[in-house]
Amino acid sequence: MNVTLKVFRYNPEVDKKWHYESYQLEAAPTDRVLDLLERVKGEDDGTLTFRRSCAHGVCGSDAVRINGRNMLACKTLVKDIGENITVEPLLGLKVIKDLTVDMEPFFDNFREVMPWFVNNSPLPEDGKERLQSIEDRERFDDTTKCILCGACTTSCPSFWGDDSYLGPAALVAAHRFIFDSRDEAAAERMQIISETNGVARCHTVFNCTMACPREIQITKAIGELKMAMITGKLD
Amino acid sequence: MKTHQFEVIVVGAGGAGLMAALYASRSANTAVISKLYPTRSHTGTAQGGISAALGNYEEDRVEWHTYDSVKGSDYLGDQDAIEFMCEEAPQAIIELEHMGLPFDRTPEGRISQRPFGGHTNNITGKPVRRACHAADRTGHMILQTLYQSCLKNKVNFFDEYQVVELLMNEGKAVGVVAVELLTGELHVFHGKTIIIATGGHGRIFEVTSNAYAYTGDGVAMVLRKGLPLEDMEFFQFHPTGIYKLGILITEGVRGEGGVLINNEGERFMSKYAPTVKDLASRDVVSRAIYEEIRAGRGINGENYVYLDVRPETVNKFSDVDGRTNPDGTPYRTSGEDILKKLPDIIDFCRTYLGVDPVTQMMPIQPTAHYTMGGIPTNKYGEVTQADNSTVPGLYAAGECACVSVHGANRLGTNSLLDLVVFGKHAGLKAAEYSNRTEFTPLPVDPGAEIAQEFEKLRAGTGKETSFKIAKDLKRVMFDLVGIYRNENDMLKAVESVRELQERFNHVKIDDTGRIFNTDLISAWELKNMLEIAEVVALSALNRKESRGGHSREDYPKRDDKEWLKHTFVTKKDGKLSIEYKPVTITKYQPKERVY
Repeated sequence: MNVTLKVFRYNPEVDKKWHYESYQLEAAPTDRVLDLLERVKGEDDGTLTFRRSCAHGVCGSDAVRINGRNMLACKTLVKDIGENITVEPLLGLKVIKDLTVDMEPFFDNFREVMPWFVNNSPLPEDGKERLQSIEDRERFDDTTKCILCGACTTSCPSFWGDDSYLGPAALVAAHRFIFDSRDEAAAERMQIISETNGVARCHTVFNCTMACPREIQITKAIGELKMAMITGKLD
Repeated sequence: MKTHQFEVIVVGAGGAGLMAALYASRSANTAVISKLYPTRSHTGTAQGGISAALGNYEEDRVEWHTYDSVKGSDYLGDQDAIEFMCEEAPQAIIELEHMGLPFDRTPEGRISQRPFGGHTNNITGKPVRRACHAADRTGHMILQTLYQSCLKNKVNFFDEYQVVELLMNEGKAVGVVAVELLTGELHVFHGKTIIIATGGHGRIFEVTSNAYAYTGDGVAMVLRKGLPLEDMEFFQFHPTGIYKLGILITEGVRGEGGVLINNEGERFMSKYAPTVKDLASRDVVSRAIYEEIRAGRGINGENYVYLDVRPETVNKFSDVDGRTNPDGTPYRTSGEDILKKLPDIIDFCRTYLGVDPVTQMMPIQPTAHYTMGGIPTNKYGEVTQADNSTVPGLYAAGECACVSVHGANRLGTNSLLDLVVFGKHAGLKAAEYSNRTEFTPLPVDPGAEIAQEFEKLRAGTGKETSFKIAKDLKRVMFDLVGIYRNENDMLKAVESVRELQERFNHVKIDDTGRIFNTDLISAWELKNMLEIAEVVALSALNRKESRGGHSREDYPKRDDKEWLKHTFVTKKDGKLSIEYKPVTITKYQPKERVY
């Protein structure tokens, strides 16, 4: 099928202002949008700039806006979009060049919530693993899937308004540890996310849940954090 | 040019690099330089599991794991290194759990394990549950956990810096030069020790499960310094890649009872591996698929077969195989069960194929997957040469290294184990060395040469594009140095790769800017791949036998008398030369390999 690929372009060394360029391509319905970007870059214009690595939805490099919605370019097929495809950089982060944005504020927010395991109790005496029941492991399974692509946080109106808001991805990371029965720093993390730039800024818009390429129930996870904040209990 | 100084410099932020950094940073000032954000690294795509003889469901022993790995390697692995890795395995897994890694659990709350290809009870010969897993995203959980632990440990990260040159002085490794993607500026990193952990180079092949980033940058960098590369002819083709796309479908699917089916509806692996059938080693299964396709039994005569994990199929063949649960009852699965154990696989198939594995069969073909060869090291990650001497200050770990624990064919789940065990020891050893040595000065004008080379590449005015050359390279390597190889094809391959190297001299880059110049970096990666592909093809051409992942039509048998030895290739003045080094045998004398 014949596809028109319209791409947001901005080269800070050349352009005063951003613009769009359109490319006509012959594509198979099962082609990934990433395949099209690769072809444009390889055959037409090597200056087209975007990030990518694994190309099958696991590494989180190529989150972009496709026809207005945040998606991974490698996990979106032409047949899912149709013959008019517009690709733009994520919103709410500074554009570096074309489709690449400055991810630093995003990772700064991630690092805010102590996204690491804390357990200072003595290790089991038998020298083996800490025990955890299947149910306790299941409790935080959903939020372990996050690949830090940024699709959720950059779809959130609260984050667009103010990037000091931790944003969905950082809260997902907090959730992953707070609800892990082995972790001991839940109280500290609850303190962090209870401050003004934390969960209170989530207005349950559900954009994040819609945007997540890993289908994490993000709004639900944030809801659980809110509930924990109100009740002081982790159920 | 900005200069930075750290005691330990780790190049690459996948599992091996992060593990090395984590352990080195406990006693030495450590930096990790990576061309990707660490969580984008290829370790994150590993699916099925990481092996250790924990015996959480049934009896398992370190010796069985060791023997399975030796046998899997087709006796080319160094047995002292394999013994070391398998002995270290249980502790390594426990340490990951203590760092918070969310493994799946047994009903008793211990780490859950599943069967995998080539993992056996050495007494009964039956599959054993040895692969520790976190659903089918075990690599993702390892990568995330290690990155989180490094953040906790305040490791210094230089994200999106492409390392392009290894700096040596007085015979020692003393630093690296890197391009900062954001600005295009070159930075010099001065270190007491350098740990290379840059992963594999599967992108030299057309159909591959490997990430775009897998271009062998570290391996090529070492080759350019006149240091050897070991066993580069051995490349693993994973049996089950998604047809045409090459995306990996974990062996865990067969671990959960999935079977391979040809056009006649036959479960053909029972012909090729009567005991463990679909859970034979990867090289064996990949060849079996090709044999079926060659015999006209590919699906609809095409180059693929089916992988079938539908519950009714799994239950039927579990009865045939006499598979039981740990309590002795017949093994049974359901659609819900499959969905829970293999969520990502099901997602990939639905997304890319429009196929639901719970109700439909998956079209698969072998896909270029894993680099067994690489930078030679001993079991402490120290880079070695053919005479076993080490290169002071230089370490390597993970897929870019060759210890050699995988020999001619790696067992599934041993890659994650390799990077955890040897990443850790490389980190410890590098820190120890750093603590007792002073900085060796940098060479005169560090980075000047590479800066010039980049300017030349940027200013190229020829007619060639890197996209086209890369495409031709991948085709040549997949068609001529693939699963089955022969003299004529490989002679052609060596010649073609050299022609492509010549064409690369006339490459023109579209993007001549500084900021985030991925056009320039891609060209650089292509240069690395061209250099590596020549070593792969030449090493393969010279090995006149079949062993593990290296299958020659003109020499179909393994030849232990002539070829029980490692290939070492070095490059001097642009020319490659080959020498060989004996394999270390401890207890396991080579014998015929039957599954």
